[in-house]
Amino acid sequence: MEKRVIVIPAYNEEKTIGDAVRGALHVADRVLVVDDGSSDRTSEIAAAAGAAVVRHAVNRGLGGALGTGIEGALRLGADAVVTMDADGQHRAEDAKAAFDRLAEGDVDFVIGSRMLEGKGNMPARRRFAQFLGNALTFVLFRKWVSDSQSGLRGMTRHAAERIRLRSSRMEVSSEFVKEIVDKRLRLAEIPIEAIYTDYSLSKGQSFAVGIQTALKLILRRLLD
Amino acid sequence: MTVIQILLAVFAAFGFLAAVSRFRRGGIGLKQLTLWTLLWGAVIVVVLRPETTSDIARRLGVGRGADVVVYLSIAALFYLQFRLFARVEDQERQITKLARELALKDLKE
Repeated sequence: MEKRVIVIPAYNEEKTIGDAVRGALHVADRVLVVDDGSSDRTSEIAAAAGAAVVRHAVNRGLGGALGTGIEGALRLGADAVVTMDADGQHRAEDAKAAFDRLAEGDVDFVIGSRMLEGKGNMPARRRFAQFLGNALTFVLFRKWVSDSQSGLRGMTRHAAERIRLRSSRMEVSSEFVKEIVDKRLRLAEIPIEAIYTDYSLSKGQSFAVGIQTALKLILRRLLD
Repeated sequence: MTVIQILLAVFAAFGFLAAVSRFRRGGIGLKQLTLWTLLWGAVIVVVLRPETTSDIARRLGVGRGADVVVYLSIAALFYLQFRLFARVEDQERQITKLARELALKDLKE
C-alpha cells in the first residue's frame, strides 16, 4: 500500500489545528504540520493531536512552509502528498479524494477546486478575487485552472520531487501552476467543498495582500 | 566657487574615502571600488566644473547640462533599486532555506 502523507502549513492556528490534524489522520498514514514560526501553541497542539511537527524558527510565509512540508513528506517516504489548510476550511474526505485520484495513476498533480461544484457557498467577493487570481495565473503561465488559489492540492512523489518553489509567500499557489506547466506534469482538478467560517475567511488573503501577491507574480515573471 | 560646490565636493570626497576604507577592510571588491571611484569622481568633476555637463548634454542631444545629470541620476537610482530588490529576494530565499534545513533536521521516518 502506498504511503500517504498530508502536509498542513500552519501559522498561529492553535484554534483549528487540532481538528485539522485529527481529521487528516483518518485519511493519511502520516500528517506533517509545518509550524511557520507561530507564537501560539500551534506546535504543541498539533503534536498532541498526532501529527509529526517541524517548526520554522522564523516566519517564512505560506510558500516557505509548503516547500518545507513537501520536502519533509518526501523524507518521511511519502508516495503521495496532499496539502491542506490549517484553518478548517478543507474536509478530510476531499483530501482522500485527492489521494484516490492520484492512485488512479494517470495524473501527477491534482488541485481541489472550489469552483467545480457547490460554488454557491463561496462568498461573492471571494469569487471575484478568485477570478482575478485565475486570470492572472492564466496570462502569466498559460494554464487555466478553475481554482488557482486553492490550498488543497495533491501530488505524486514523482511530482513532489520535481516541483521547485521559490516564492515564500502567497504567490506560491500560482507558482504550483507554473511548475506544473514547466515540468510537464499531468494535472487534474477535482471538486471540493470549502467550509467557510468567519475564522477561515479572516485567515485568507485580504484584498491588499491579494494585490501584493499579484504584483510579485508579475514582477517575477518579468525578471525571470 | 560657491558654498554648495564646496559642500557637494566634500560630500563626494567622503563617499570616495568610505569606499576606499570598505575596500581595505575587504567589504567590497576591486570591481565595486572602481565603480564607486568612477561615480564619485564624476560627481566631483560635475560639481567643480558644471560646464562639462553642458558639453555632454550637447553631444547627447539633451537641452541642458542639469537635465543630463537628473536623467542619469534617475537611471542610476533605478538600477541600484533593482539590485537591492534582487539582493533582498535572494536573502529571503536563503533564510527560507536555512529555516527549512533547521526544521527538517530532526524529522525521522
